[in-house]
Amino acid sequence: MEQGPAGGSGPAGAGGLLLPLSESEQQRYSELFSRCCPPPEAAAGGSSVGELFRASQLPPDTLHQITEVCGAKRVGYFGPAQFYIALKLIAAAQSGFPVRIESIKNELPLPRFMALKNDTEVLYGTPAEFHGVKFQVPHATLEKNSYKRTDEGDKQEPKSPPMSPICSPPASPSTYQRIPLSYGYGKARSGLEQQHGAPYEVKHSTHQQDGPSSGNYGAKSALTCSTPSRSLSVEREQQDSSTQYSDDPWRITEEQRDYYINQFRSLQPDLNAFISGSVAKNFFTKSKLPIPELSHIWELSDVDCDGALTLPEFCAAFHLVVARKNGYQLPETLPETLLPEYLQAACLKPMRDCALFDSFSEPLPSSQQTRDFSRAEKSSAEEVPDNSALLQDGKKDDKQALQASTTLKTIPKEFQHLTVKAAAREPNALRARPRSRSYSSTSIEDAMKKGEEPPTPPPRPQKSHSRASSLDLNKIFQQNTQAVRSGWLPPPPPALPPRPSVSQTEQPSEAELHPQMHRPPSQAEENSSAKKEVVLSQPPSKPARRKLRTEAQGLETPELSPTINVTSSLPAVKAHLPVQKQSSKHKRAIQTAIRKNKEANAVLARLNSELQQQLKEVHKERIALETQLEQLRPVTVL
Amino acid sequence: RAQCDLSCPQNYPLYIRSVPTENELKFHYTVHTSLDVVDEKISAMGKALVDQRELYLGLLYPTEDYKVYGYVTNSKVKFVMVVDSSNTALRDNEIRSMFRKLHNSYTDIMCNPFYNPGDRIHSRAFDTMVNSMMMQVC
Repeated sequence: MEQGPAGGSGPAGAGGLLLPLSESEQQRYSELFSRCCPPPEAAAGGSSVGELFRASQLPPDTLHQITEVCGAKRVGYFGPAQFYIALKLIAAAQSGFPVRIESIKNELPLPRFMALKNDTEVLYGTPAEFHGVKFQVPHATLEKNSYKRTDEGDKQEPKSPPMSPICSPPASPSTYQRIPLSYGYGKARSGLEQQHGAPYEVKHSTHQQDGPSSGNYGAKSALTCSTPSRSLSVEREQQDSSTQYSDDPWRITEEQRDYYINQFRSLQPDLNAFISGSVAKNFFTKSKLPIPELSHIWELSDVDCDGALTLPEFCAAFHLVVARKNGYQLPETLPETLLPEYLQAACLKPMRDCALFDSFSEPLPSSQQTRDFSRAEKSSAEEVPDNSALLQDGKKDDKQALQASTTLKTIPKEFQHLTVKAAAREPNALRARPRSRSYSSTSIEDAMKKGEEPPTPPPRPQKSHSRASSLDLNKIFQQNTQAVRSGWLPPPPPALPPRPSVSQTEQPSEAELHPQMHRPPSQAEENSSAKKEVVLSQPPSKPARRKLRTEAQGLETPELSPTINVTSSLPAVKAHLPVQKQSSKHKRAIQTAIRKNKEANAVLARLNSELQQQLKEVHKERIALETQLEQLRPVTVL
Repeated sequence: RAQCDLSCPQNYPLYIRSVPTENELKFHYTVHTSLDVVDEKISAMGKALVDQRELYLGLLYPTEDYKVYGYVTNSKVKFVMVVDSSNTALRDNEIRSMFRKLHNSYTDIMCNPFYNPGDRIHSRAFDTMVNSMMMQVC
């Protein structure tokens, strides 16, 4: 029987490794298992197992004990996991250790079975290393091997080391996964190399039995020190409890996904909108990865290259960050399982999304793409306003979205920190960004700026959460973000053509506009309240909306609090708007916007005429002065 | 042989890639001198005109026959490409499309919030694209 590749490659981690098996052990065990359990059966035949155990020459009650401890009694059969544990226990017993799970964690010689192929025992004399090498997996075999887990399909990632446990997701829900895992392994075992299969299960089952605590997170810390070299790329290590049935490190588990979604929400409550580039940058910078790596991660995850991250893109990026932090090399190209389409198909939790929302979000990316070209030519700071604008468009409805972050039991400290900072920074950032828009004129920006100086409206009352938030941190975020949002409503209706006339007003005209914004409270309030209504039910913005937003912002910020309170009660009511209502509000919004546009047009026309008049007057003055000059000149010459 | 160079408005290079890599210094020099010509052309063009592509047949030395092509973006980032004159199969349109691809990749890089304008470009995606393009040419 061949020896597995000698030495085994570097460490890397398989988190949750409770039962390290050396190569020799793996091979031995798998060979024994295959003897007892001709594939494709899932479990070893009881009789052959019994025979094997008796061949170990241990007293029968020891064998009984072993059977119990390894879990075969509990599950009722000798699956691969149980089998391997049993073998290890036999080895322990033969070495004189008590039959306990703890004893098999140490290095042990291989179990000796009389009347079996004893020649192989000679080869496997040396005990396996324990701490140095967490887990040896035969390398070359992996590549040739089209090992498929039951659910994995062909998502082979031989080159990428599996995902090690990330700090946050709790390990407990994973235990249920162990059993299907062993089934899966048993079935897939047929005809395939068994070395890597078996040890995985051993690990899992021991994990199952011992509970998540013991070696799991301890292994993780050791793991972070070691960086598996991807060039080896043959090393494929078992994922820990936080992964799904596959050991694909680039596959996001449910826990991870939930965690990512919550993080996304903390940055951007609307799950269908984007996180802008700079917000994401700040967020990921807190992970303390070096900038070039973050840059590469961004490159990988921002598939549509629009400078903003949608939810799937964000999940992919976050996943990559976590992987990198846990020591795995970044891939050159985005793994299949992290593609946005894949992630989206894999049921991201859509929070009350209706078709409208989706349809709105779709045209966005495409229009964004077209704008990319021109946008990218300007400074990146300008890009940010675009994205932040979209961000705000989508942000509107914290009321509708399930704002409450589901409590995540173990949010790692760094990301708690992150989220606080993100929330704190956001209000400022959001205020700052739209000002530096890349419009042709800066005049609107000035108007906006002035519009925003007035005191921020009081924060909205806390809306009720559909899920209890046990983290006070989240409440803080909400307060922050609500304060921001109340002064920062997303713009009104979609489907409005951009208003170039507005954006190109000259300075004096927006001095007019500005007072207009400030002064007609009724008009502003009416508009804004209507807008707010509409806004609340609006799906994420269309590109045209962004230009409208600046005016909307200017109109909204000087708003009085009553308006806000009124509308904030509305959101509570509207928490469950059906689609139809939204479309009608849509229309209303459109009409409102049309009205607003007309008013603005009228104002501008008036301004225009006034300016023309002024121009004429100035001309006249000039002519008069020139004639005077002419008259005076002969005098001076003389 | 070919070389591709990307220079920022301040005329320092953001990215240089040569295939093959010998004589790189000579290419660097060529590129740098051609920047002057590019600047000249820009200013001569007047405002509000962005030339998609400029053909530098004028830089053809009798001894070293290669062609230098230039391209300027809206933000005054210059792309310069040096190709061997023996490569007569290379047509204008191909050069244009290459520049367009470069430009697109460049905008993708700009979308990356971790990229500060003015930094050297280390993007692997960009490298791959440039390499494949240059392989095509040579």
